[in-house]
Amino acid sequence: MGKVSVRFFAGYAELAGCTSSAVNLPTPATVADVIARVREVFPGTRDLPPRPLAALNQRHVKLDAPVNEGDEVALLPPLAGG
Amino acid sequence: MHLTRHPLDVGELLAEVQSPERGGTCVFLGTVRNDGDVTGIEYSAYEAMASDEIARIVSDAQAQWPDARVMLQHRLGLIPVGEASIAIAAAAPHRAEAFAACRFVIEEVKKRLPVWKKEMAHGA
Repeated sequence: MGKVSVRFFAGYAELAGCTSSAVNLPTPATVADVIARVREVFPGTRDLPPRPLAALNQRHVKLDAPVNEGDEVALLPPLAGG
Repeated sequence: MHLTRHPLDVGELLAEVQSPERGGTCVFLGTVRNDGDVTGIEYSAYEAMASDEIARIVSDAQAQWPDARVMLQHRLGLIPVGEASIAIAAAAPHRAEAFAACRFVIEEVKKRLPVWKKEMAHGA
């Protein structure tokens, strides 16, 4: 089992009820595995879209990107910069 | 300084990109629009990532237009209608590269920058 930091922003923080936390799951895993675990741990996040945007260690990644213990996964609502 | 909570400073951006070799300068400003009852927009960001992402976008633009120089500022916090949330300046030897680099930067910002907005309206 490995501990992975998770961060939530904007509307997703409202769903999760927090802006940052951590989940434990078997590692190595993928971003999709982390999101599945998040859905179990934070019931409000069951309303997240099926494939939310995600960043791994502050870089955009696809959901099949590998995640290791100590990594940070951020779940990003649809971007609205500019 | 790419992210700020203060009004944007176009003069500062221009000073960073202009030089005697660059004869074309293009500036893009995105301002808060008065859609319906909107009085302002509260912008939030994943600031550490946004800062890095801006640096990567600027670096991608430099790679594509090596003779151009681009810079951008994004404002965060509550921005009233009519004030700018983003300012981009691109300077290049000729106008075509300046326009192209400026356009590239705003389009990449829209696709990549971890920034979110919440509209504030009358009576809300």
